[in-house]
Amino acid sequence: MSLRSFKLPTIDFVNKRKYALVFSALLLIVSIISLGLQGLKLGIDFTGGTLIEVGYQQTADLEDIRTKLVSANFTGTNVQYFGSDTEVLIHLEPQSISSAKLSTSIIQMLGEGIDVRRVEFVGPKVGEELTNDGGLALLYALIGILIYVAFRFEYRFALGSITALIHDVIITLGVFSILQIEFDLTVLAAILAVIGYSLNDTIVVFDRIRENFLSTRHIEPVPIVNDALNQTLTRTIMTSLTTLIVLLALFYLGGEVIHSFAGALIIGVVIGTYSSIFVASSMILALGISKEDMLPSEKEKKEIDARP
Amino acid sequence: MNHYPIWKNALIVFFLFISALYALPNIYGSDLAIQISGTGDYVVQDQDVKNIKDSLEANEIDYKSMGLVDRRIMIRFEDSQSQLSSKTLLKNTLSRNYVVALNLAPSVPQWLSNVGGKAMSLGLDLRGGVHFLLEVDMEAVVTIAIDRYYNELRTVLREDRLYKSIRKEGNLLVVSFKTENLKTEAKKLIKDKLSDLNIVEGSETDLQLSLKISSDAQSAAKSSALKQNITTLRNRVNELGVAEPIIQRQGSERIVVQLPGVQDTARAKEILGAVATLEFRLVDEKNDLQTAVQSGKIPVGSKLYKFKSGEPLLLKTAVIVTGENIVDAASSVDQDNSPMVSITLDNAGGRTMLDTTKEFLHHRMAVVYIENKVETIVEDGNTVKKRSKTQDIINAATIQGTFSNRFQITGLDSAREARNLALLLRAGSLSAPIEIIEERTIGPSLGADNIQKGLISVLVGFSLVLFFMGWRYRVFGLVANLALTLNLVTIVSILSMLQATLTLPGIAGIVLTVGMAVDANVLIFERIKEELQLNKNIQKAISAGYAKALLTIADANITTLIASLVLFSFGTGPVKGFAVTLSIGIITSMFTAIVLSRAVINLIYGGSKSEELSI
Repeated sequence: MSLRSFKLPTIDFVNKRKYALVFSALLLIVSIISLGLQGLKLGIDFTGGTLIEVGYQQTADLEDIRTKLVSANFTGTNVQYFGSDTEVLIHLEPQSISSAKLSTSIIQMLGEGIDVRRVEFVGPKVGEELTNDGGLALLYALIGILIYVAFRFEYRFALGSITALIHDVIITLGVFSILQIEFDLTVLAAILAVIGYSLNDTIVVFDRIRENFLSTRHIEPVPIVNDALNQTLTRTIMTSLTTLIVLLALFYLGGEVIHSFAGALIIGVVIGTYSSIFVASSMILALGISKEDMLPSEKEKKEIDARP
Repeated sequence: MNHYPIWKNALIVFFLFISALYALPNIYGSDLAIQISGTGDYVVQDQDVKNIKDSLEANEIDYKSMGLVDRRIMIRFEDSQSQLSSKTLLKNTLSRNYVVALNLAPSVPQWLSNVGGKAMSLGLDLRGGVHFLLEVDMEAVVTIAIDRYYNELRTVLREDRLYKSIRKEGNLLVVSFKTENLKTEAKKLIKDKLSDLNIVEGSETDLQLSLKISSDAQSAAKSSALKQNITTLRNRVNELGVAEPIIQRQGSERIVVQLPGVQDTARAKEILGAVATLEFRLVDEKNDLQTAVQSGKIPVGSKLYKFKSGEPLLLKTAVIVTGENIVDAASSVDQDNSPMVSITLDNAGGRTMLDTTKEFLHHRMAVVYIENKVETIVEDGNTVKKRSKTQDIINAATIQGTFSNRFQITGLDSAREARNLALLLRAGSLSAPIEIIEERTIGPSLGADNIQKGLISVLVGFSLVLFFMGWRYRVFGLVANLALTLNLVTIVSILSMLQATLTLPGIAGIVLTVGMAVDANVLIFERIKEELQLNKNIQKAISAGYAKALLTIADANITTLIASLVLFSFGTGPVKGFAVTLSIGIITSMFTAIVLSRAVINLIYGGSKSEELSI
């Protein structure tokens, strides 16, 4: 079992950062282009509208449902199978008269013997508010983290971690845009969780970089960063793997409702792991971190000495 | 040597005991039940329990148990057949003083409930039900307030014929005067009697001034409108027979209504939008009530009404004023400390009331509550809309003196009754329209699916992680697994103690916590390995490993906690549920992964002279 034999890996991550730079830049450009051109496929949480999930005894006749909707003068409808061919998802854009009564009349129109599994109606005003609140949540999370990291470490570390976070968020959003997966409130929650996760990874590496600066005689930042990345590599891989295991369980077994949520987290965890190794540390090197920056103030020194 | 002092170990054991105890209620399932509670003033009593018992036994319906707890009668059943047939029976036999609702009652043993053990409450996405977000039309509220002040202003200024004209201009009242003196006098009067009206700055000319409602009075009107609507909605939800409904304000103009287990959302929507009114009528004191009831012959000009309790009373058909004339109602006490309700009528209502009370001093007047309901029912396979009207006397009292637009209803039994009446009157005067702006309904089949899928994914993800950790870190891995399991127990117990609602995103939060909680142990174990590599002895390696990893773990978890707190404060519904479990999970995992795992490692290796660790 080679994984068990204990020998620190000695991979020269820092030297590979130019490849990482090209790779990240490529992903970012593709993501931004897609976000700019086709944007996100926003769910009704943000656009407003009506969503009805119904279950049929036998295979549902989508054409029949579409014809009924058209003849009842509903516009901007989208009818599709959801999970299986006995379950149908009907999506209505906000209508000229947008009210909670629409779903009632549609369900009546579809007739007897159907199982109404889910109805969601979001008024246009609510959708707008949720979009604003979502954007604000993202912004405040980033600011809060920036302050904490700047306070705990140093401003270059804060900038490095925020760069990595923005990198992760843009690429995750990019994947949602490219694949046109529906972006709803739960996906937004997932993106915020990704921020937390990716940061977790980055902080662990930064912590080790700081420790190495303080404990070794090296002054050159490059070998120090390289050592830190190698020392934390097993942990980074282990944690990512365990998190991915549970996320994959959610993705495959958690049901349709949680599907895109788990998907967003999986993408985010993979990207976050990559960015904490390559993006965040390259950033602090580029910003010119040095041993002097790491020397603690008198107060902190006492605290460190006091540690068990 | 690595040892925790005894008190520390004892504290850990105590903590785990509490966690396990309060997580325990969740492993008991729940019983099919019917919940019976009193509407409005009525409180169910032991006598009711006896009556219901008799009635069920007379109809040979089996039940598991019946009891009166927290002013609610809970009847538990073995199967849904007897649950449903008793609901039909009780709904038909019990008067409208009772709310009969289907429920799921957690079957937590008595000793556990005695120490406060409760199961987590399941969110609508797991148990099925409907969530409405209603918005009160606040523009209408302001318009109504303007109308009211317009009338009051005219009344106040009319007495001395102070004004030339008053007109409404948007949200302003523009008053013009014949002379400047009259204006000065009017200003004084407005300041004294209508302090809610402010003069718009710079609007005053020699013979004219503009008034606006002060922002305090405006927000008071809005807040009162919101409260009224919530009361009306609560009463209406009671009519629907929903167990454990949630009706609460959200922000300054919205109301959340959550009805667990309600499947007929079409009906729920109709009821929530139903229109109810009040009427004031004189009591017919000339004709004998008993004769009318017994003979069935109702005298001309009168009509037979009933109190909510069923007691009949003859009222005159002529209506004095209706609920549309009521602009406000408040409960208080008079000089003798007896309860009363102060009512404010609009102008037209005030005038009619003045005339009536002059003419019928010392006679009785009744307040009738009228509600128009629409129900969609299935008849011969067709859905038919059934409209019904209920009329209940809520109060009949003697007119003690003449009054017009402001008067008190006294002779009430209790302060509570006065409060209820005032609320009911305000509820009756629901004048600000409400609109459903968000609806989320989860059918029972999807709810059940969600529970099952949520549980399976937690179990599978969890088992895989346990396996993985055991393989990678051997004995230490098993300790981490123990910590992880107890972490799960602790999360469940905290959620149960807080009575937080578990939703599907909440389960996702727990799952994610499981994945991330191992991180702390991974950090520690990898660190111990490094220390061993430096040829330290195992005791030193263990303590150095824990010590060095501690700060990293704290930093990493605090940043994640920041993100999840932001989620909590900005999120709504699903996002909030996720944030709650994630936050709790992060905090508990710090305890289990660091303190608890250390305690166990100490027990295993603390006194060991061995040179090797199974890591």
